[in-house]
This record gives sequence, structure tokens and C-alpha cells, in this order.
Amino acid sequence: MSGQKPTEGMSLIVKTTCGWLKGFILLYGIHIILYGHLTPGGGFAGGVIAASAFLLILLAEGQRAGLKTFSKKAALTWRSVGALIFLAVAGLGLVVTGTFFENFWTGHASGNFTHFGGSIQASEIGIGLLVCSSLYLVAMVLFGCAFGFESER
Amino acid sequence: MNNLIPLLVVIPMGVAFAIPLAVRMNPRLGELLSILTALTLLVISLFLPSQEIIYHIGNWPTPDGIDLRVDGLSKLMLLIISGLALVVGIYSVGFIRQFTGHYRYYTLLMLMVTGMNGVVLSGDLFNLYIFVEIATIASYALVAFGGEHEDLEASFKYAVLGGLSSSVILIGIALVYGMTGTLNLTHLASRLDGHVLTPTLQFALALLFCGFGLKSALVPFHTWLPDAYPAAPAPISAILSGITSKAIGLYVLVRLLFNVFGITDDLLLLLRWSGGITMVVGALLALGQWNIKRLFAYSSVSQVGLIVLAFGFGTTAGIVGAIFHLVNHAVFKPLLFLNSGAIEIAAGTRDLRKMHGLRSTIPVTATTHMVGSLSIAGIPPFNGFWSKLIIVVAAVNAGFMGWASLVVLMSIVTLAYQLKVQTAAFFGSNTRSPEVTPSIATGSRSNAEPLFMAVPMIILAIGCGALSLLTLTGLDEPFFVASAAEVLMKGVFTW
Repeated sequence: MSGQKPTEGMSLIVKTTCGWLKGFILLYGIHIILYGHLTPGGGFAGGVIAASAFLLILLAEGQRAGLKTFSKKAALTWRSVGALIFLAVAGLGLVVTGTFFENFWTGHASGNFTHFGGSIQASEIGIGLLVCSSLYLVAMVLFGCAFGFESER
Repeated sequence: MNNLIPLLVVIPMGVAFAIPLAVRMNPRLGELLSILTALTLLVISLFLPSQEIIYHIGNWPTPDGIDLRVDGLSKLMLLIISGLALVVGIYSVGFIRQFTGHYRYYTLLMLMVTGMNGVVLSGDLFNLYIFVEIATIASYALVAFGGEHEDLEASFKYAVLGGLSSSVILIGIALVYGMTGTLNLTHLASRLDGHVLTPTLQFALALLFCGFGLKSALVPFHTWLPDAYPAAPAPISAILSGITSKAIGLYVLVRLLFNVFGITDDLLLLLRWSGGITMVVGALLALGQWNIKRLFAYSSVSQVGLIVLAFGFGTTAGIVGAIFHLVNHAVFKPLLFLNSGAIEIAAGTRDLRKMHGLRSTIPVTATTHMVGSLSIAGIPPFNGFWSKLIIVVAAVNAGFMGWASLVVLMSIVTLAYQLKVQTAAFFGSNTRSPEVTPSIATGSRSNAEPLFMAVPMIILAIGCGALSLLTLTGLDEPFFVASAAEVLMKGVFTW
């Protein structure tokens, strides 16, 4: 916390409203990520929406509650994991079909392309995790509560 | 073999994101992974074929999908990037310990390598822009890595001017897309080939020239560089001056001019004048500097000017000379910057007026610095001599006697400011007070040039001599360089 006291959040009304909304916002973000292969949106848009749910907690319920819900260490981890998922999906195309980022896992085989988007969906999940956690980290830096990474490494 | 091409971008990017996780197991894994990655990239680059290959990502055909392009020029650039990343990675093991947050340094270094490799391989303008941004943003953070006031100020200045250049480039790309309907370089070249550029496209080309000119630090867009290079840690100054400004600036500029828009007499004239002015201004400003890293930074400006000037001759010999000097500059300038890191640790200052007689304290640095100085000044038998010789001969053969004389004159100026560094830092008696020169006072040699710092300097110094051997195949067709020059001489890409 770099010596500063964490904020304790806004009024009871705001906290209660936030308590109702945060789950729905996060769910909507996840929906946008998972259905990016069919509808407008995808990993980037969904990741931003999901991050906004965590930012809401950080702002409305305070930094202590925000960091308890989604800690810096977790955000750093999921940022790396998201990027590695994306690269792994792209690299698996090279391994399986011989072409980098080939859509080797089309989803047609399952007979249900509506819910299963194959390698597109998998890469969107990676992007979603990366964008959500990166944006959250950026916000933490701007709010002044992201210092002290070393101790959390 | 073609399947190795995307790995040149994927591996450093993957490692960049894996380092923050790996260091939780062992803090030393960051430097180990970086060095191994650079070594892997070097091996992959060596095995790439020199003939033109277009790799379609996801099997999408041109121009619908994203292309990666490998040819003689991009292979040469990839070799320089990975070779330099390896040397800098090894040097950093000894140097970067004085800072905190090592893993962030290595993450950013790998992201910068990702960006540079991506720029060199990109077959379309938009992805090229994205990779330029990846490399540039990583370099902003690396310049500020020291965290001191002047580091942050330099990084901020770099970020503002870099942001300006990126905006200008993006507007240029948007105009090109608006007028031609494509961003794929091959497709774009085929659409422009044989047509006179419309005023809008001329404006777009001017924007791209200014944007990439700023990234290459051509005068008058050079003002960020003398602040950024001295502020960055020495290994980052080495990689920034050695290859980053070339890969994300100069390389893209000549690619666009020679292979996409098509070179014309007017553009060659522009290259000659902007290169010539940059060469003279950089050299004269370097001559007046007392801050060793700032002096080398202005020297970089001057050398970039020489390279651009040689491209502006428009002849095969001129382009061969330009590319050969680009390669040589990627060896002797990083060497000089790595030397400056050891000098700064030994003397406790960057001010040449406050240091004397460091030769006995840091003998490896003194010797390798002598080699680097002679190379950059164009003294035989070192590599700089051969590239400057090719450039002067090319200028004479093309009838540019004035430019040839200026190149020789500026080589003398280069020798003058390098001798100034030599005499100030290494010669004379060591009479400095202990508080100014901590390593000298304690007689500690290991602090200033530990093994991890000495070995990269020795490798680069050997490189200064060894690269002269590239001319064994003939001054008009040096090994590796000739195939790179051929790519530009072929003119615009054919569809």
C-alpha cells in the first residue's frame, strides 16, 4: 500500500447497489467472452466488462474489499495465464495441423457449434483473462493501491 | 522450416508472460529464461532460408489473412536482434543486479524483442504498427527503469514524442487504407505499382516518413534520443541504439520506400539530404558532449544519418554499404554503451571531466572500448572501415563527390570525439577522490566489470574484427549483406 491507508468505500446505498450489480456485470462479461465467436464482442470486450465488475468493487466497497476479492497477485497470475492460453491455442494449431493459429478444433465435430466455438472460443477465453486482469492492474496503479508488487511476487 | 517463422514472435512473447510466474519459484529464472530464449531465437534465425517466404497465419490467403514475410533483409535483421538480445541478456546478469524488480526488466526486454521480431516479419501495415507499439511501449518502461528523476523525465519525453510519431503513423496508415483498400504490403505494392501517387497518398507517405523518421531519430526528429539513451540502463541503451531504432524506424522506412511505394529520384534526394544533415548535426553535437552516454547517443544520431545517406545514393553499392554499416553499428555501438555502463560503475560518474586513468581499474573495458572506437571511426582493419569504404566508393561512383567528402570529414570528427573519450576516461593518472570514484578507490575491479559484463564486451569486440571477414566474398557483395541489399534493389513486391 506504499504507506497509505486503503479506502473503505462509499455509502451503504452505493455498497448495497454494487453488491447486487457486481455479479450480473461479471456474468455478462463472461457471456460476451464465451459467445464472442457468434455475437459482437469477444475476449477484449468481455474482458473489459468483467474488469469493470472488479473496478466497481474497488471503488464502491473500498480498496480493502477490492483487493480481497481480486488481489494483485491473482491479477498478475491471471494476466500471464491468459496470455499463455492464447499463445498455447495458437501454437497447438501449429502442432496439430502444421499451421500456426489454424482453427484445428472447429467444434463441428460436437454437432453443437452454437455453444462450442473450438479454438476461437479458447483463444477468446485467454484474451478475456488477459484483458480483464491487465485493466484491473492498470486501475490499481491509477488508484495508488498497486505498489508493493515485490512483496506479493 | 517455414513453421519456425511464427515461433520468432511466439517464443519471446510467451517467455515475457511466463517470467512473472517463473520467478515465484526461483528469482534467477528470469535471466536464465531470457538468455535461453535469445539463444533459441538466434538458432532459429540462422536456420531460416534467405529466399522469400510468405507464411499465412491460420492458412488464410493473402490479402485476407495475416502474413509473415521472410527474405534476405528480414533474416539479417532477425539475426542482429537475437544476437544482440543474447549479448545484452548476458551483460544484464552482471549489471541489472543494482536495480530492484529484475523480473520486470527481463519481461520488458522479451516484449521488446517480440515487438522488433514482429516488425521485421510483418507482412501488413497494421500488424507492423502493432508490433512497433509493443517494442516502443516496452522501451518507454525500460528507459524509466532506473526510477530516478532524470530517468522518468527522459522516459516521459520519449513517450510524448513516441506517441506523437505513432499517431502520425496511424493516420498515415488510415489514409493508405482509405485510398487503396488494403494494408497487406504485397497487395498494397501491386495496387500502387505503375501509378502516380495521388496527393492524399503523397501526404500519407509524408506522414509515414515523419513518423518512422522520428523513431529512427532523424534530424529534426532526434530530440528524444539524447535524453532517452543516457537515462536507460546501459544494456538497454545498447539494444536501443544497436537495433531498436533501426528495426522499428529505419528498417520500416526503407521497406516502405523501396518495396511498397517504390523509390523515386525525389525520395532519394530526400533520403540524401535528411541523412546528410542528420550525420553532420549528430557528429558535431557529439563532439561538444562531456556526458559519456549522451556523447554516444549523439554519435548514434550521426551514424543513422550516414546509413540513410547511403540508402539515398540509390545504387546497389550504396544500399550494400548502408546495410553493412547498419550491421556494424549494431555491434560497435552496443559495445560502446556496454563500456559506458562499466565506466559509470568504476568512476561513479558519467562526466568525462571527472574521470581519469581507468585503464588499470577496468582493463577489459578499456581494451574493448579502444576496439569499438576504432571501428566506429572507420579505422582498418575493423568492420566500420569496410562499410564506410563501400559507402564512399558508392558515393564517388554515383557522382556524389560532395557527399563522399562529407562522409570522410565526419569520420574524422567521429575519431575526434572517440579520442576525447579515450583520453578523458582511460589515460592520465588516477587522481580522483575516493568519494567520486568508489571502485578505483577500493581497487575493486570485480565491481565494475564482473565476468558477466566482461564476456559480452569481449564478444562484441571480437565481432568488430570478425565482421570485416564478411567482405571476403567481395566489397560489392559482402556475405549475408548482399542478399539483403538485393531485396531492396528488386523494387516493389510483386503480387
